[in-house]
Amino acid sequence: MTIDLDLTAHEHAANLRAGEYTSRALTEATLARIHAQDASLNAYITFTDDLALAEADAADARIAAGDAGPLTGVPVAVKDLLSTKGIQTTAASKMLEGFVPIVDCTVVQRLKDAGAVIVGKTNLDEFAMGSSTEHSAFGATHNPWALDRVPGGSSGGSAATVASRGVPLSLGTDTGGSIRQPAALCGIVGLKPTYGRVSRFGVVAFASSLEQVGPFARDAEDAAHLLGAIAGDDVMDSTTVPVPVPDYTERFDRGLQGLRVAVPEAFFGDGLDADVRESIERAIEDLAAQGAIIDRSVALPAASAALPVYYIIAPSEASANLARYDGVKYGFSVTDGRSVEDEMAQSRGRGFGAEVKRRIMLGTYALSAGYYDAYYLKAQRVRTLIKREFEAAFATHDVILTPTSPSVAFRLGEKVDDPYAMYLNDLYTIPVNIAGNPAISIPCGMSQGLPVGMQLIGRPFEESTLLGAAHAYGQVTDWHRQAPPALG
Amino acid sequence: MTTQTRTKYEAVIGLEVHIQLKTRSKMFCGCDREYFDAAPNSHVCPVCLGMPGMLPVINQEAVTSTLLAGLALGCDIPSYAKFDRKNYPYPDLMKGYQISQFDQPFCLNGVLEIEVEGARRLVHLERIHLEEDTARLLHRDNGIESYSLLDVNRAGSPLMELVTKPDMHSGEEAHAFLRTLRQVMRYLRIADADMDKGGMRCDANVSIRPFGQEELGRKVEVKNMNSFRSVQRAIEFEIERQSRMMDAGERIVQETRGYVDATGETVSQRSKEEASDYRYFPEPDLPPLHIAPETIETLREKLPELPAARLARFETQYGLTPAEARILTESRSDGDAFEEAVGIAGAEHARPVAHWFTGDVLKHLNALGGEAELGDTKVTGRHIGELVRLVASNAVTAATAKEVLDVAFETGDLPEAIVDARGLRQVTDAGAIDEVAQKAIAANPKAVEDYRAGKQAAIGFLVGQVMREMKGRADANTAAETLRRHLDAAAG
Repeated sequence: MTIDLDLTAHEHAANLRAGEYTSRALTEATLARIHAQDASLNAYITFTDDLALAEADAADARIAAGDAGPLTGVPVAVKDLLSTKGIQTTAASKMLEGFVPIVDCTVVQRLKDAGAVIVGKTNLDEFAMGSSTEHSAFGATHNPWALDRVPGGSSGGSAATVASRGVPLSLGTDTGGSIRQPAALCGIVGLKPTYGRVSRFGVVAFASSLEQVGPFARDAEDAAHLLGAIAGDDVMDSTTVPVPVPDYTERFDRGLQGLRVAVPEAFFGDGLDADVRESIERAIEDLAAQGAIIDRSVALPAASAALPVYYIIAPSEASANLARYDGVKYGFSVTDGRSVEDEMAQSRGRGFGAEVKRRIMLGTYALSAGYYDAYYLKAQRVRTLIKREFEAAFATHDVILTPTSPSVAFRLGEKVDDPYAMYLNDLYTIPVNIAGNPAISIPCGMSQGLPVGMQLIGRPFEESTLLGAAHAYGQVTDWHRQAPPALG
Repeated sequence: MTTQTRTKYEAVIGLEVHIQLKTRSKMFCGCDREYFDAAPNSHVCPVCLGMPGMLPVINQEAVTSTLLAGLALGCDIPSYAKFDRKNYPYPDLMKGYQISQFDQPFCLNGVLEIEVEGARRLVHLERIHLEEDTARLLHRDNGIESYSLLDVNRAGSPLMELVTKPDMHSGEEAHAFLRTLRQVMRYLRIADADMDKGGMRCDANVSIRPFGQEELGRKVEVKNMNSFRSVQRAIEFEIERQSRMMDAGERIVQETRGYVDATGETVSQRSKEEASDYRYFPEPDLPPLHIAPETIETLREKLPELPAARLARFETQYGLTPAEARILTESRSDGDAFEEAVGIAGAEHARPVAHWFTGDVLKHLNALGGEAELGDTKVTGRHIGELVRLVASNAVTAATAKEVLDVAFETGDLPEAIVDARGLRQVTDAGAIDEVAQKAIAANPKAVEDYRAGKQAAIGFLVGQVMREMKGRADANTAAETLRRHLDAAAG
């Protein structure tokens, strides 16, 4: 029989358990499709066919034994920032080409424990630094809705392969919007968990105090299952928090009645495309029609400082996190230099791409003697203000609603030479990483044939509220069912 | 140092001391920390190798050790501490930064009393913080090419850094400080602090100023010392060098100098063009630590009696001389053994116990090498206690006791058991001695004749014969009395 690869993960899981088809059959069909699609998308850096088929057979055995969970036997792609034992992990950098980790990161281990089938490692902006997946040493990823446009970034490969119905689920990381913005630009669901909700152990570090691993899916239910599999305390990551992991579908029955929604005007100012604004306004009306209480009086003035705060803190942490790539121990190495220092400098000079080097220099400068107080320390103080501002807003509201991105997917090459224009893509997503709260992007409209995403921000560790609202919204709209044109 | 410079200039010395902590695992990963003599790169894991995405997890034992050190040295323990990243590129630094503590260390202030030439004085401490050690670079030259090898075993080992105030004024004081510090570390059982094994490393900041001048002179940092003695010699050389320069009206340069053991001199190391900028910032992978007052109190209760307090107590409680007390408190285990021995021998025999420890026991230990402690041998405090009890009760002679101690060091058997097994108990039984004495008189007519001729010394010869016959177990006084009785009776 032919398998309908357009199904969601929970639909596949039900069919697998019902014996409609095996995980091996599903995996073989999935591999065939993602290999074929990649000629157009370039969503993958590495395909893991052998691993996938072995995991599929193991999953089939578990299903037969009646030991299947919601992810058992289901294909999943993971961003190539996540360490995979025995499989090269590049961070889309020439610096790490051919680097093979000897351990799995915690989230990959948890996926394996859940019986998920890992089919490949997806493309990204080098070291997750970027908003378009153009800054990859392995070439840019294309948006399945329009191949001349970017999928967003940095988790562009993970978003594109889910949007194109290559896989039902994938994992990305989000440091300043790297899950939510590509989810919006590709018309799918993407969730950044609360800082400390998901282990970062084994995730190639960019900005340690900001980033989290999170799910891409086509609906809230799939995202809930994937988040449930990866969330939770980890002894290997001291920044994880021992809050119990709930069933993330626990609020699916609650609907939108009485949901207190803050709509801060600060997120609807200059720079927001009129089409995007229109889609968001319509979504707000839909929510209100379902009984949500919309409050437009909430001001978040400090949040407007989030972008500069981010571009101090993230590069500062990155300048240290990336110091280990010196060509001495592993990865790209220049070995014909005049001295050890020269070889280290040349390895870094040639191994890193331009955007990575830009951020290393920004961070090194911000931490330098004489500048530390004016930049890093001040940024940390403003960060505290932003956190308090969010706390205050959440004292009287359940969610904050904003656009995810100021525009729909832009053209490849359009902003790649203008760092500031590129950074502005994350204007609405960055404040959330600064505060540490969870946030979800859900499809809420189309403009020029391209998807628009809306962001819902929640209280720390209340991902269930976001997923419940997303699920309820998906019951009354069908934006998340829109599919891009089939790839040739 | 010449007398002239001694009177002219005052040296001001501060020390930065790194001490490796004797924890089970490394500072931020589960690797076995005890790598001494292990094959290179056999105690490593992705975390201490600094592989991408790996995260540190704080070793609580190392934190506890540092807090114990702080409490023992009278430090303030702030309620909040954090780790920071110290950034500098070097091939022995696996992550390109070292996890250390910048502005909020575990311990602040503090003081250690030292004794130099019988005078006691206090050396004040600035701080104690915790950090991770680096890997080791081994430079090789095989005649064709020179290259470096990297051994990561040491990387990530917990390292405590202690910084003193500029509070010392001679190489001798620095020597005494380090020796006393090592003693405290060993009492706490948190570190071996062997300089020759790299378990304790010391840099010295040395400056001089004319006596009476408030302002400090330009300081020179001296590195590369691998023994207490070399620290002392390096400082003495540096004071002399700087004094000569000042006498000659030359400008002392603020620089880093390396000590050369072979010549006893310091030489300028490539001076850095600019001060290094470590770009410290808080370690985002580790949440800050809150040290609860209850934690501090619990640890304070765990503190053992420290060397200075024990020394004073031994003098008053057991009536020991300062010299005896010093030897007996040199190591915590020797002092423990002494008190165990006194417990068995009885408090009234404390001095004899001390004599054994500072005499024959010490001789045995010295024979084993410089730093041997009783704990390294088969002999315990119980052995010495039994031995003293046997002597005190006249069960064995002093001569026999020494033999018994030799056997104990060899076999580990307890003195009572050795004495019984070998039949070494002193014979005080007059009948048994009487028999041997009569034999001796019969067998040595010459000596008997001498005695009767008035040579009192001849009795000594006869006693010796009795002792030989009885393998030294006879009570010498009883033997002499018995002999005299027989000789005098026969003559009468």
